[in-house]
Amino acid sequence: MPALAVEGATVREALDAVFVTNPGLRGYVLDDQGRLRRHVVVFVNGEMIEDRERMSDRVEPSSELFVMQALSGG
Amino acid sequence: MTAGERIRVATRKGLFALERGSGGSWTVARTAFLGDPVTAVLDDPRDGTLYAGLNLGHFGVKLRRSSDGGTTWDEIPTPAYPPERAVGDLDATPAGPSVFQIWALEPGGRAEPGALWAGTIPGGLFRSVDRGASWSLVESLWHRPERQQWFGGGYDDPGIHSIAVDPRDASNVAVGVSCGGVWVTTDCGGTWDVRTRGMFAAYMPPERREDPSIQDPHRLVQCPAAPDVLWVQHHNGVFRSVDRGTSWNEVTAVQPSCFGFAVAVHPADPETAWLVPAVKDECRVPVDGRVVVARTGDGGRTFEVLRRGLPQEQAYDLVYRHGLDVDGSGKRLALGSTTGGLWISEDGGESWTGLPARLPPIYQVRFA
Repeated sequence: MPALAVEGATVREALDAVFVTNPGLRGYVLDDQGRLRRHVVVFVNGEMIEDRERMSDRVEPSSELFVMQALSGG
Repeated sequence: MTAGERIRVATRKGLFALERGSGGSWTVARTAFLGDPVTAVLDDPRDGTLYAGLNLGHFGVKLRRSSDGGTTWDEIPTPAYPPERAVGDLDATPAGPSVFQIWALEPGGRAEPGALWAGTIPGGLFRSVDRGASWSLVESLWHRPERQQWFGGGYDDPGIHSIAVDPRDASNVAVGVSCGGVWVTTDCGGTWDVRTRGMFAAYMPPERREDPSIQDPHRLVQCPAAPDVLWVQHHNGVFRSVDRGTSWNEVTAVQPSCFGFAVAVHPADPETAWLVPAVKDECRVPVDGRVVVARTGDGGRTFEVLRRGLPQEQAYDLVYRHGLDVDGSGKRLALGSTTGGLWISEDGGESWTGLPARLPPIYQVRFA
């Protein structure tokens, strides 16, 4: 997935901005209730976010978000 | 290709299509989603559409559809629970369920093309009327108070693994829930009855032995030619109904054990069924390390143990609940194991031929 530049004051707002242009991505990152999927993690400037349910962690205009999958299963 | 000459095999690491050659040998003709867990597959006999339910683990449950027999696939919407966020409280922590796995995919009736049913973990039944372009939770079942009594069997949460649409009347649908009993609607999901009279749960406290909503039917199948006859491989035995679940009788003659997951019933003869017994109930390996199929031709009064062509030494192949299927002729059967073994019979189970391929752990085999 290429990097995108989006606006938002929180992780959730930034992700929602991505989902506007790529709605199919939403179900890969969030579950039915809008929570971060169990095996997906989001880093903001290298720090793992704290609020996995609402993704209220604040971001700055220069913040870099990194969405990745944990490696589970065999 | 003639019906019964192709088998879809859903595995821990992809979807495989087996095809029968002119000499009668079966080969892997095609693979799809290699590396991804495929938990359910459906060839819709009404329009030839192929559906595959995936569980990507990290990225959740996905549903793919092919209109060209599996050459190309489209991603289509996945059954999903409606958000349960409290009204007017956008800051509240979102609560509520999320689909963990698609465990059953079945077509609706012949007269309702495009209608589909999907059974899921954690227990939601979903319906589509547009070939999977959209899905609705069947809320009448989800909101039954008894559902709070359901619990997981093998997975953390309960799940719907069996959906039997009555070919005489597509509004009559029976579903099997592990662990949540057998539920039947006669009005296309408007209302539901739990039907388990005669079943019992040996794993429960005595006073709850016959509680309908905690029964664990591992697999529920109906005879297409006599849909009032239902067979269930239950956690602690085999049960059969001749009145579409209103009452059940235990089938005690199964050899070499009454534990297992899979059951298949002959398409034309409700008295003939096949089971794949294993050691109960946390051990779950073939009895004495020998893979066998138990077949009855008299409604479960007597059984034959069939083993010709199946591994008979140091074999630890477990057959999951969707790992056994019979074709429309009742002659051809397919058996797939968690060890990736796959065997095909062309004589009603008398003899079996193993596929040389070493497949990933098999979740489902299905004739197309």
